[in-house]
Amino acid sequence: MTFAEPLIFEVGAPGRRCVQPPPDETAEISLDDLAVEPTLPVLPEVSELDLLRHFTRLSHRNFSIETHFYPLGSCTMKYNPKINERTARMSGFAHLHPYQSEADLQGALELMYELERALCAIAGMDRFTLQPAAGAHGEMTALLMARAYFDHKGERRTKILIPDSAHGTNPSSARLAGFKVVQVKSDARGNVDLEALKTHIDNEVACLMLTNPSTLGVFEENIVEIQRLIHEAGGLLYYDGANLNATMGYARPGDMGFDLVHINLHKTFSTPHGGGGPGAGPVGARGELVDFLPSPLIEKNDGAFRFADAKHSIGRVRSFFGNFLILVRAYTYMRAHGPEGLKSVSEHAVLNANYLLSRLKEAYTLAYDRRAMHEFVLTAKRQKEKGVRALDIAKKLLDYGFHAPTVYFPLIVEEAIMVEPTETESRQTLDAFAEAMLAIARDAESDPQQVLGAPRGLPVTRLDEVGAARNPVLRWETPS
Amino acid sequence: MLAAVGVSSVEELFADIPRDVRFQGGLQIPSALTEAELLRYFGALAERNRHVETRPSLLGAGVYRHFVPAVVDAVISRAEFSTAYTPYQPEASQGTLQAIFEFQSMMCALAGLDVANASLYDGASAAAEAALLCASSSGRGRLLVSRAVHPEYREVLKTYTISGELKVEEIGLDEGLTSLSALGDMLGSDVAGVIVQDPNFFGIVEASEELAKRVHDAGAALVVLNNDLSAYGLLKRPGQWGADVAAGEAAATGLPPSLGGPFAGFIAVRDAFTKRLPGRLVGVTSDGQGRRGFCLTLQTREQHIRREKATSNICTNQSLCALAVTVYLTALGPQGLREVAGASARRARYLMQGFEKAGLRRRFSSPFYHEFVMRADDPGAVNEALAREGIVGGYPLGKAYPELADCLLFCATETLTRGDVDAAVKAVAAARHKVGVQ
Repeated sequence: MTFAEPLIFEVGAPGRRCVQPPPDETAEISLDDLAVEPTLPVLPEVSELDLLRHFTRLSHRNFSIETHFYPLGSCTMKYNPKINERTARMSGFAHLHPYQSEADLQGALELMYELERALCAIAGMDRFTLQPAAGAHGEMTALLMARAYFDHKGERRTKILIPDSAHGTNPSSARLAGFKVVQVKSDARGNVDLEALKTHIDNEVACLMLTNPSTLGVFEENIVEIQRLIHEAGGLLYYDGANLNATMGYARPGDMGFDLVHINLHKTFSTPHGGGGPGAGPVGARGELVDFLPSPLIEKNDGAFRFADAKHSIGRVRSFFGNFLILVRAYTYMRAHGPEGLKSVSEHAVLNANYLLSRLKEAYTLAYDRRAMHEFVLTAKRQKEKGVRALDIAKKLLDYGFHAPTVYFPLIVEEAIMVEPTETESRQTLDAFAEAMLAIARDAESDPQQVLGAPRGLPVTRLDEVGAARNPVLRWETPS
Repeated sequence: MLAAVGVSSVEELFADIPRDVRFQGGLQIPSALTEAELLRYFGALAERNRHVETRPSLLGAGVYRHFVPAVVDAVISRAEFSTAYTPYQPEASQGTLQAIFEFQSMMCALAGLDVANASLYDGASAAAEAALLCASSSGRGRLLVSRAVHPEYREVLKTYTISGELKVEEIGLDEGLTSLSALGDMLGSDVAGVIVQDPNFFGIVEASEELAKRVHDAGAALVVLNNDLSAYGLLKRPGQWGADVAAGEAAATGLPPSLGGPFAGFIAVRDAFTKRLPGRLVGVTSDGQGRRGFCLTLQTREQHIRREKATSNICTNQSLCALAVTVYLTALGPQGLREVAGASARRARYLMQGFEKAGLRRRFSSPFYHEFVMRADDPGAVNEALAREGIVGGYPLGKAYPELADCLLFCATETLTRGDVDAAVKAVAAARHKVGVQ
């Protein structure tokens, strides 16, 4: 399956048709009032079989959860149950128009209402908005709420504190919300450096954004002290829920003192990543912050559900009601698992990560030598001395039939390799992956060339990414 | 496995969580259901909604229903597409990457512009990103947005600019179109961009070279929004009449209405704006053996490299939705798209003419695509009359446009049969005395 696949524009022939719309029943109606454009847009002209063969062949040129183990750190690539797809495709969900009356949409409103209650219970928060379309969108939403909250109190706070281990969306979301970003360094155990944090805290700090467990895969041991310091200075604590898969039933952001949180439904709650979306990033709030949630929220009165606005709502962050069919999938997953099931998800996610860690910690170097949560970070420092970098190890894993872990993130770990196996993998799969990693480590030691040329067995070998950026070709053009 | 890890119980793995914040007890969520029970429970919830798959609906207002051929779901249901991650490892993601490249090419073709990205969350956030792009590339601080732009898109733009660094002002209307004289009064050397929608929220064709000229004479960028790309199977494409940026919602071409999401926002620009584009971009490259391949490119714009200096905070896009749009447009082809657009425009005229005969009055006289505004003394009674016949009525304009409190926005696409339209007209005619038309 390594044949080149032409672009869809290069398949087919002028005039070839796939789907033929039915004859126009109102063909006698004139369009003379419209200035009809004489030329047509350039789109493919193919048959149905041309179309299916093309996209099926493209699909064969992908790794995916259903074909390969995907230990991508910070991405939570767990199995996406098929039942989620069944419920999301029910006509009573997929074929609703957002401007139908509340009376027409009671089932959908009930689903969103119940999903919100479940998220509140899992995260220990008071209310959630389901609008944000992704994690970064949730971050921005929460920071806009923080801004509105301080404006309302008449306080001018301009700074957002962000650990140096954080995902890049944190600082860019803070900037988009009009704040100044102050980076806080991590200590030798991967926690926020408390002394450094204290030097940054003052009455200009609006919020500390924290991922816990952090992107280093470790639990923030000083969380109680951190929340005390931030709150005493009048600031807010924001929880990036990227790693919630590690702690369900064991720790809730609300109990840790977080005022605002976002949760990635496409990570913890199993909605498929789709090759880069769609996701959903609901935002939860506690206490006074609830009044600033975006519109609309859903309320229940006398058994009927209706839309309502928060008292000081920041307005809309997305059109309509968010990525509704993603919400249907996530709620299906929650109902399939129940309270014990979700707790067991986190237990197995953490167990799987620690098991892999135990198998790999001799051959590679652990970035932080302590108990991992649902993921852990290795460094390829030792392999680099032999000329084998984290990127080479990642590419070699592709030849073994495993998707690569996340590499070069977090930025503070040299030659970082970040592994998150998730709870849905068997011990056999984990062992097979460990064996591949160990073989690569041996090759790096004795025969680095074995590793350096990878991948060799995929549709393409290593691609010239520098060349792609230097001479950008970003669309197909009709050959002249 | 516990032994290999060196612990005697699973609880020990969670020892780093301080006692004070350890959660005690069980999560207060409903207990687990088996698959058969899930289908029953969710089936019952779905039943409690009145869906528009088989029920005729005259609602548009940013969410449109076109017939989606079976090949679309067949392709996007393939787990190799749906369960893949963002294509950061290009050698293992050529399928996703090439499909995105094809999507970008189709968005360029429909927008009549040079470069399109891999998709954005939805039409509203795409409009906001387009506005931010105008501001960041010009260094100017004012944005003018037409009141004929979708009300929710304008609300989202307002939320995105809460911090006050950018000033957003609304351009008034003149008979359902962006007022050229109001625009002229507002333009100045501090205006970064002017944002209009075509066809606009009232369904009216907004394309105007005169408007584009005024915007460009002031040194501002012209952003043209759209939320049903089928229009460009029939009408002039944004780049053809002067748009610098085209953005909006591609969901109408390939996705079901889905209560409004997940959808597929898009953005396309002239070459000069490429380096300010938000989100992911796929480009062509080659491997060591000279074979063509695809990879994410120009990533120095993005948050994972530039952090607070990125052009946008967007990370996740809407790849699978963009794939549905790509497959839909492939299945239709240029001729099919024109046929769908033509049938929709004709069906809408047929409905409008019927409503006129039934006594409703057309509010604006400018040419429209497949959506139009009708006036009635009691618009609520019109929708009630339609509902009694099992037809979902129009969008009441009063909430977003107080001056149009007596108006409804109606849409017809090729999915309505002639019989559906006749039934709608009959229902309104029969209620003539109640809706208070002359």
